[in-house]
Amino acid sequence: MDFTLKVWRQKDAKTKGHFETYKVTNISPDTSFLEMMDILNDQLIREGSDPVAFDHDCREGICGTCSLYINGRAHGPDNEITTCQLHMRKFNDGDTITVEPWRSAAMPVIKDLIVNRNAFDQILQAGGYISVSTGGVPDANSILIPKEKAEESMDAAACIGCGACVATCKNGSAMLFISSRVSSLALLPQGRVEAANRVKAMVDKMDELGFGACTNTRACEMECPKHVSISHIARLNREFLLAKLKD
Amino acid sequence: MSEKLISRVPEGPLSQKWTEHKAHIKVVSPANKRKLEIIVIGTGLGGASAAASLGELGYNVKVFCISDSPRRAHSIAAQGGINAAKNYPNDNDSVYRLFYDTIKGGDYRSREANVYRLAEVSNLIIDQCVAQGVPFAREYSGMLDNRSFGGAQVSRTFYARGQTGQQLLLGAYAALNRQIHLGNVKSYTRHEMLDLVLINGEAKGIIARNLVTGEIERHGAHAVVLASGGYGNVFFLSTNAMNSNGSAVWQCYKKGAYFANPCFAQIHPTCIPVHGEQQSKLTLMSESLRNDGRIWVPKKLEDVKKLRNKEITPSQIPEEDRDYYLERRYPAFGNLVPRDVASRAAKERCDAGYGVNETGLAVFLDFKSAIERLGEHVIAERYGNLFQMYEKITDVNPYKEPMMIYPAIHYTMGGLWVDYNLQTTIPGLYAIGEANFSDHGGNRLGASALMQGLADGYFILPYTIGDYLASKIQVPKTDINDPAFVEAESNVKKKVDKLLSINGTQTVDFYHKKLGHIMWEYVGMARNESGLKKAIEEIRVLREQFWHDVKVPGTFSELNQELEKALKVADFMEIGELMALDALDRKESCGGHFREEMQTEDGETLRDDNNFMYVSAWEYAGDGVEPNLHKEPLNYEFVKPSTRNYKD
Repeated sequence: MDFTLKVWRQKDAKTKGHFETYKVTNISPDTSFLEMMDILNDQLIREGSDPVAFDHDCREGICGTCSLYINGRAHGPDNEITTCQLHMRKFNDGDTITVEPWRSAAMPVIKDLIVNRNAFDQILQAGGYISVSTGGVPDANSILIPKEKAEESMDAAACIGCGACVATCKNGSAMLFISSRVSSLALLPQGRVEAANRVKAMVDKMDELGFGACTNTRACEMECPKHVSISHIARLNREFLLAKLKD
Repeated sequence: MSEKLISRVPEGPLSQKWTEHKAHIKVVSPANKRKLEIIVIGTGLGGASAAASLGELGYNVKVFCISDSPRRAHSIAAQGGINAAKNYPNDNDSVYRLFYDTIKGGDYRSREANVYRLAEVSNLIIDQCVAQGVPFAREYSGMLDNRSFGGAQVSRTFYARGQTGQQLLLGAYAALNRQIHLGNVKSYTRHEMLDLVLINGEAKGIIARNLVTGEIERHGAHAVVLASGGYGNVFFLSTNAMNSNGSAVWQCYKKGAYFANPCFAQIHPTCIPVHGEQQSKLTLMSESLRNDGRIWVPKKLEDVKKLRNKEITPSQIPEEDRDYYLERRYPAFGNLVPRDVASRAAKERCDAGYGVNETGLAVFLDFKSAIERLGEHVIAERYGNLFQMYEKITDVNPYKEPMMIYPAIHYTMGGLWVDYNLQTTIPGLYAIGEANFSDHGGNRLGASALMQGLADGYFILPYTIGDYLASKIQVPKTDINDPAFVEAESNVKKKVDKLLSINGTQTVDFYHKKLGHIMWEYVGMARNESGLKKAIEEIRVLREQFWHDVKVPGTFSELNQELEKALKVADFMEIGELMALDALDRKESCGGHFREEMQTEDGETLRDDNNFMYVSAWEYAGDGVEPNLHKEPLNYEFVKPSTRNYKD
């Protein structure tokens, strides 16, 4: 298969970016999107040009590192998928494909297709945990957790922190990301103890870092590679309201 | 034996060794902990749990990772589960049985005391993770659920769907985040360690590169903990993440830390087969699938031919024409034999011509019986995300047709030599998790990597490092203007400048792939003397070419992914040679190391306890000079090593 690629190039955070057009040929339909990018880079290096910088690591859809905005969709034209799992068989021979970084004020571009997602770490550092230190905890089976609760907690915890939700949201909101952590812990008895403080600290940090508000368009849920449901945002809102009422 | 290879295994009965040891090692008072600095390299299960636990104790911790967030570390990709000797299912599991299975699974090439300690603390890990909010799978009663894994006849594996590594890492990462928030740990993301700094023979800091700006930084400490993972990517194609590498470990080796059992690499039997030359990595399908999936190839070569020509689909082959070869060869363990055994059995069938895809390098993993027995919804609940992942990659629906799988490089049991305290041969340098060699011997059992990473990080290192640091409470902060730092920094710069100035004709990936081919061909699933000698020769030639012909674009002082890769591949070129040297020395078949000269008539491994009952520990002797081999004899006091038998 042959493709024309329009790729966002940006030297560094301070320099203005632009699109460059490249051609790649003889791509197998079984090649993954990132392998196609590897082939492009190999070509560029041999020509003496600068390869395209992009984030990637596990290439099996779990580390959350890859972050490409392909043809106007986070992680490209397929559902419940990360860019690294996207294969060229999802495109047609001869297609022109546009490749951009995440676009969000809270996640600025570092170089080409790489963005700075440090804000996610900062939000979790503000309170995305149970304050338990190593050792001295009760036996794992001493607190029973209904299977349904554990399953729902796991649904929320499936978030890989890639940022597709933020990149997709017209408001640049991080609510789906935050709700996955808030909800996952709030559903467990171990997480209830400091649930109120947790949700307040994380939402405050989110606001401080310049993420937008949620207006329930559900776009994030549609593009989330792990299909984290916006019902977790509803739980976050309830948790937040209750916490604030008690203040 | 080298005077440096003192294992420090305590005396006494097996079950009392760790208790006694803990009781007698030194501790550091809270006031003094505040004065001490520790550097942790890596944020996988080992690094994140260690950094968090050390922070909780009150040490000043700096933690480094190459990714944009600690949560990206490759532990996140572990699927199936984590072992512990809880015996919740009442199937007669115990600390002793977990210890025994692990040491037997490792083909008797690990230390009894270390493995026993691992089994002993395994239960604490589950308690800890549950307290952190890890959503493990549960029964309707609300109790924790267990499943089985290879190499065990009990169900002792705790899991969170097919994302156990992710959930455990999110737990450790959360604990780490809490310490960062409290100011006890400082996190350096997108930073890569490029050298270890020694002052008077002790580990005193590192040289790191800020991967965004390219800036070189010096960081001093009272001790350095290496948790940088394994070196499986030396094979180019592996299940490791693209950025996983052996460079931090390798710099430590070159500074004098002994490298143990480098040839012990694990080949995982259930990975998605290679599709072509454009492939960049291989994807693992969790071992947990072997709980319900049955592995087979056709009995008749004519069916194989029809499959390859796509004249029939696998589901059309009748039951009586299928060879469930693991169940046939190993009735007692069946599809749940350890990884090395399952991998070799797949290779044996494919070598005999029964491979089922176009390349002839694939076997089936079939869920037909399980779906008939349990229903599709149960299989979806257990493995849904794995089935989805398989379909995304291969475009085949595994609920309808069997998966195709083939062995691939997955994990390295070898690593930096450490004593019972997890200290390397360099005082003040510790290695934990996959970065060390200690607990898995010649072969790691499934669901034991997560156990070991967290055991080291939560429950072992935080105790043992105190024994060293107790003597450092009067030692002032490390001076990063010490000549040792200046020299290390200048060496790093020279190496980088050299790489950037070659401006040859081939890309870094070109050389990495070539190296991978040599490694897979001669240092892969089956090894022999002439092949290994050839590998060593070819690697040396390739390394020469690399240093004269590689093309690394860009500059030093910018985000430069090709430069990062070049530095890693330069080290892989040396690691590969050491692996081959070690494999050549070990003239026995043992665990993942299969020497073709050493096998029984029916193709099983032939271990040689009389001559090879040792840990090989290699000492760097300079560039272009053969390293020195030291041997730590393994004394089996409590278990009698026997031939591994998974047949009956």
